[in-house]
Amino acid sequence: MTMTEREMSTITAQVNGEVVTVPEGSTILEACRRVGLDLPTLCYGPTMSAANACRVCVVELEGSRALVPSCSRKLEEGMEIRTGTERAEHSRRLVLELLGSASELDRSGDQLDSWIEDAGAEPSRFGPKAATVATAPKIEDDLYVRDYGRCILCYRCVDACGVEHQNTFAIAVAGRGFEAHISTEFDVALPDSACVYCGNCIAVCPTGALVGKVEFDMRENDTWDESRQDVTRTVCSYCGVGCNLDLHTQDEKIVKVTSPHDHDVTLGNLCIKGRFGQSYVSSGRDG
Amino acid sequence: MDLRALLDRPTEAERMAVDDLLGPSEPFDGRVAYGGHEARGQRQMLLPALHAVQDAVGSVSRGALGYISDRLTVPPAEAYGVATFYSLFNTDQPGRTTIHVCDDIVCSQYGAEDLIQALEGSELSWERSPCLGQCERAPAVMFHHPGQGYGNAAPVDSDAVGNAVFDELPPSVVHQDQSQLRLLRRIGRVDPASLQAYRESGGYEALTSAIELGPDGVISALDESGLKGRGGAAFPIGIKWRGVADAPGRDKYVIANGDESEPGTFKDRLLMEGDPFAVVEAMTIFGYATGSTKGYIYVRGEYPTAEKRLGEAIVMATDAGLLGTDVAGAGFEFDLEVRRGAGAYICGEETALFASIEGYRGEPRQKPPFPTQHGVFGKPTGINNIETLLATLEVIAGGAGEFARVGTEQSTGPKLFCVSGAVEKPGVFEVPFGTTLGEILALAGGVRGGLGLSAVLLGGAAGVFVDSGSLDMPLTFEDTQAAGATLGSGAVIVFDENCDFGPVLRRIARFFRDESCGQCVPCRIGTVRQSETLARLGDGETLGTVADELERLDDLARVMTDASICGLGQTAASAIQSAIRLRLRGAPA
Repeated sequence: MTMTEREMSTITAQVNGEVVTVPEGSTILEACRRVGLDLPTLCYGPTMSAANACRVCVVELEGSRALVPSCSRKLEEGMEIRTGTERAEHSRRLVLELLGSASELDRSGDQLDSWIEDAGAEPSRFGPKAATVATAPKIEDDLYVRDYGRCILCYRCVDACGVEHQNTFAIAVAGRGFEAHISTEFDVALPDSACVYCGNCIAVCPTGALVGKVEFDMRENDTWDESRQDVTRTVCSYCGVGCNLDLHTQDEKIVKVTSPHDHDVTLGNLCIKGRFGQSYVSSGRDG
Repeated sequence: MDLRALLDRPTEAERMAVDDLLGPSEPFDGRVAYGGHEARGQRQMLLPALHAVQDAVGSVSRGALGYISDRLTVPPAEAYGVATFYSLFNTDQPGRTTIHVCDDIVCSQYGAEDLIQALEGSELSWERSPCLGQCERAPAVMFHHPGQGYGNAAPVDSDAVGNAVFDELPPSVVHQDQSQLRLLRRIGRVDPASLQAYRESGGYEALTSAIELGPDGVISALDESGLKGRGGAAFPIGIKWRGVADAPGRDKYVIANGDESEPGTFKDRLLMEGDPFAVVEAMTIFGYATGSTKGYIYVRGEYPTAEKRLGEAIVMATDAGLLGTDVAGAGFEFDLEVRRGAGAYICGEETALFASIEGYRGEPRQKPPFPTQHGVFGKPTGINNIETLLATLEVIAGGAGEFARVGTEQSTGPKLFCVSGAVEKPGVFEVPFGTTLGEILALAGGVRGGLGLSAVLLGGAAGVFVDSGSLDMPLTFEDTQAAGATLGSGAVIVFDENCDFGPVLRRIARFFRDESCGQCVPCRIGTVRQSETLARLGDGETLGTVADELERLDDLARVMTDASICGLGQTAASAIQSAIRLRLRGAPA
């Protein structure tokens, strides 16, 4: 098969009555985006395969008893997808209410806030005594903090640490059900685990449960202010790989280092030096 | 991958337990080859290795987990994630004799709390347990003496449980006359430890017939028989087997799902304990017909007798040439292995069961792809419930036409029902499909103590309550579906007129909360919120009005049913919602 023939291999289906044609192997979500519809996603990140756990992206599929996750279900010929039905919107609202009732979501970004508002979700409706995952932040070093009271168990950090990106396998999901949580073996501290402090888990965390120590401290002290931050793209100076860095600066100091998710060298990943080793830039400035 | 071992070392007993399973670790020959493809390929030995140390010393310590991780090249964090997934692995206490007390739907009505009260005042290590599948003789316990093994006891009284001394559990009894039985005909009558006795009672006639029919003939017979799966989904068996047989690729697997964990369900236990060779024979035919050379029998961890009997049956069948490289001289290869679960209802879900065999957490995955294409180890896999497998023997030995004459047009053959709770003679009953609910209750001697009936829970915790208005309902796939009920696992739990359903519903809610794997949000959090809401209603401390709480329950039911990954979440509100609809006494109203 030539490349052209392979590209010709397409699937045609309907999204909300609109005919859409996408390459074979595309997901329902990709087909929705093709017609200009974006659906909320939490456990599915742009650089990772779908974990298929949060269920916030469910849609109605004609002929299917249950709703289907648009992030992971492949589009099939002739499928009829509906995204805005009462059933789909009900599930989306309830998923957001359930998440908000169990985890602290106030550092999850504006996008999640708007999804909650659009869905009319009221996380407080399960009452003040509803069980939560609240727990004290784990602060074990100067590099990053694990604030698991904000964890929604989306599996992104586990996948980033494991097969998707880093292949380090320092963390996994332990326990079961509502007691399931992200943990090292026997909850040993990170320096005693396989962690290499690449921070690639931080890069994929959607709720601020994993966060650089500098950012964590500034947020706790209420000095974190993204409106006063600049992002400067540069190339990491440590080795010859050439990772792109986005240096987030506030008051002329580097407060966070990321790499663009769409960068084809890094896919948003860095190593310990690139992510955490830039403070020398301002060393000595404060005297 | 970067593996970093735990620094703790195993004790001698732990190391020996692992080495007995995996073989001695390689002596150091001056060459360091750490891990590698071959070692990583042993991931599927993780669950058996965890069992080995738990069995031997009663816990999975840091040293033991580190040693297992090392031997199998499994990251310690992942091994810990697997160990903590299963309720029978103890990762935080020193190992000692432990009693698991069933306080589930049936046992809680028949004295489980008395047992727990007796244990609360004792020095013994004990835990509340979900249904142990001994419902016909409630209340039941499972005990574990490290180094000696697991055992079940039922019914038990407070004295026995307080002293941790239990009588040997006699085999389950079948109440019906032999002439009424096909699937149960050997239970209690033919020695389950004797291959010869099995053969003398018609055993291995089906394999002979199967070899005469050929793989395609076997599957055609199953098609003609109309046999549908007995595990709950009622999928046509011929289609499933053909799906595996026709799937491309050489490596294929067949699995017997003996992870029977639905509360109120114990039929598969009777079959595995009382007729293990029939399971082995049916699996051999399953392998032959689908072109699979390897099969697994996955038995729930709470069924030690079933596991032992099946293991012995496999050894005897292998010695007799009925398993191995040339089965029965017919020129095909088939091997069987028993895998033991470790306390996780979710592992009865087929894709979770695959993950469990592979050495991962028993988390289900989205279907499609379906098991016939992408099953255990990513290979085409056929998986059937134990009762279904025994029914295939009836089709093949007795003929598809004969089989289809029993039952109704859409629900063919005999069916087992597990009747427990408030009846005179609890037990497993074999009837033709189409027998009414009332007739089945009559077989079990009617409601205990001559009391009136309030409701029956069909299909266990994942099932649906029906009341006396349904006594004339024929128990078939089609009639129950039309009535908005389900046959589910074949559980028939009976409640008399004095039952207060408030505690029953709260126990069902706790069951799902405890057994959710935790992967998807609707189930992980929804089951907790459902449980909390019922607790508030029970305590009379509602959030807003009762109507508000009912609306919350309804919202939770909808999101769990609509948006959960697997059947557990999708059915976690089913029984509770049906009790509300029927306005059962003590149900929220």
